[in-house]
Amino acid sequence: MAVPSFLARERIIAKPGFNRWLIPPAALAVHLSIGQAYATSVYKVALVEHFDASLTAIGIIFSLAIVMLGVSAALFGTWVDKNGPRAAMATAAVFWSAGFLVGSLGIFTNQLWLVYLGYGVLGGIGLGIGYISPVSTLIKWFPDRPGLATGMAIMGFGGGAMVASPLSRQLMNWYDEDYTGAAGEVASGNSVALLFLTLGLIYLVFMLFGALIVRVPAADWRPHGFDPATVKQKALVTTENVSASNAIKTPQFWLLWTVLFCNVTAGIGILEQAAPMIQDFFREGGTSAVAAAAAAGFVGLLSLFNMAGRFVWSSTSDYIGRKPIYMVYLGVGIVLYIGLATIGASTVWLFVALAAVIISFYGGGFATVPAYLRDLFGTYQVGAIHGRLLTAWAAAGIAGPLIINGILDAQGEPGNLVASDYRPALFIMVGILGVGFVANLLIKPVSEKYFEPKNTDIPTAAAEPERSTIR
Amino acid sequence: MSSTSSTGEQPASSTPGGFIAFAWALVGIPLVYGLYNTVKAASALFTG
Repeated sequence: MAVPSFLARERIIAKPGFNRWLIPPAALAVHLSIGQAYATSVYKVALVEHFDASLTAIGIIFSLAIVMLGVSAALFGTWVDKNGPRAAMATAAVFWSAGFLVGSLGIFTNQLWLVYLGYGVLGGIGLGIGYISPVSTLIKWFPDRPGLATGMAIMGFGGGAMVASPLSRQLMNWYDEDYTGAAGEVASGNSVALLFLTLGLIYLVFMLFGALIVRVPAADWRPHGFDPATVKQKALVTTENVSASNAIKTPQFWLLWTVLFCNVTAGIGILEQAAPMIQDFFREGGTSAVAAAAAAGFVGLLSLFNMAGRFVWSSTSDYIGRKPIYMVYLGVGIVLYIGLATIGASTVWLFVALAAVIISFYGGGFATVPAYLRDLFGTYQVGAIHGRLLTAWAAAGIAGPLIINGILDAQGEPGNLVASDYRPALFIMVGILGVGFVANLLIKPVSEKYFEPKNTDIPTAAAEPERSTIR
Repeated sequence: MSSTSSTGEQPASSTPGGFIAFAWALVGIPLVYGLYNTVKAASALFTG
C-alpha cells in the first residue's frame, strides 16, 4: 500500500546536523494523545446513563479499542516499518481522531454501535499504529541509549491518561454547567459528545505536529562518539538483523512474549482493582480505615509510579542490560507480591510502597521491551516485531482481570472483602511472575540462520531486500 | 546533543534551538498539567 510522497520515508531523511532531540517530542506528541485510552473511566458512567446501557456494554468500547490495538499493531507493523514514521503517525492521527468524531456522532444520535465502530474499531487501529509508530525511529536515532529513548515515548503513553483525565473533566464542566467533576456527579451525554468532538480535533493537530517534525536518520548516520562495536560486545546484543516474519519463528520471540505477558498480567491484577483493594486490605468490622478519597489518591499515586517506572527503569536497562532488568522486574516482583500477600495489611504506608514499586515494574516492562527486541533482532523491522509482541498485552489484558475478578468473586461480595480474600489471587500472580522469570532466563542470542543478509538496515517501499534462507 | 555524520565530522546543527525548545514545551506543558493534577489527587492518600 503506497503512501503520498510527502509522507514517504525518503522525504524525511534528516540532513547532516539535524538535532536528534527533536525526535522524542515528536514521539511524545503521539503517545501523549493515544494515552487517553486509559482515561475512559472519566465519562464511563455518563455513557451508561446516556445510552441506558449496562456497565459491561459500555466497557466493551474500551475492550474493543485494546483488542484492536493488539490486532492492528501486529498486522500493520511491517507497513509501519516500510513506510516510515511520518506515514504511520499521520495514519494513526487520522484513525484516532476519526474514532472520536464517529464516537461523538454516535453519542449525539444515541447509537451505541457507532461508538463501538468509532472509538472501539477506528480509534483502536489508531492506537495500535500510533503506539509502534515512533519506536523503531527512536531506536535508530539513539543506538547508544535505546532504553532511554523508548522509555521517554512510552512514558508519554502513561502520561496521556494523566493529561486526559483532568482535561476531560474541565471540558465536560464547560459543556455542562451542572457538572463540576466532583465524586458521584455524572455529566450529560451531550457534554460527552462535545468532549469527543473536541478531543478528536485536539489530538489530530497534536499528532500531526509529531508527524510533521519527525525525521529518520540517514543510513550511515551515527551519534558523535558512538562506536557500534561497543554495543556488539554486550551479551545478547546483535548488530545483525532479523525480519519480523523470521522473528516469530524464533524461541526468543515467544520467550519474550511470555515475559511481557506475565509482567503485564501481574501488574494489571493490581491496577484493575487498586481503589477497592486498598480499602479491602484495611477493612475491619465492615468499615475500611481508608476513605474513598484516599483510595482515589492511591490510584493517582500508582499512575505516577507507572509513568516514572517507564522512564527510570527503561533508562537503567541501558546500563545494566535488558535481561538483568527483567530479572529485577520479575524476581523482585515475586518478593514484593509475597510481601503484599503476607505483611501488606500491616500498615497503609507499607501496602502503598509495595504496590507502587510493583506498578513501576509493570510500566518498566512495557518501556524496556522495544530495546530488548532491538538487542535480539536488530533494528531492521523492530517496529513490526514490537507490533507482533504487543499481542501479549492484549492477552494479558484479558487474563489479568479474569484471574483477579474470578478469585474475588469466589471469596465474597464487593465491599465486604478483606486482605486475606486477596491472598489466592496474589499467590497466583507470584506463580505467573515465576513463569516469566524462567522464560527470561532461557533467552539466548538468536541463531544466525535467522539473520538477514547485509544492507537491510533501512527498509524502503521500493527496495525489497534479499531474504534470509529462513522463510 | 546534536547529530554527526558517519565520517566523524561535527556539522553545525541545522535545527534551530528555539524550535527544539518549542517542540519540548508543546509536549512538556500538557505533561506538567497532568502531573500537577495527579499529584494533587494522590495527595488525598495522605490527607484524606
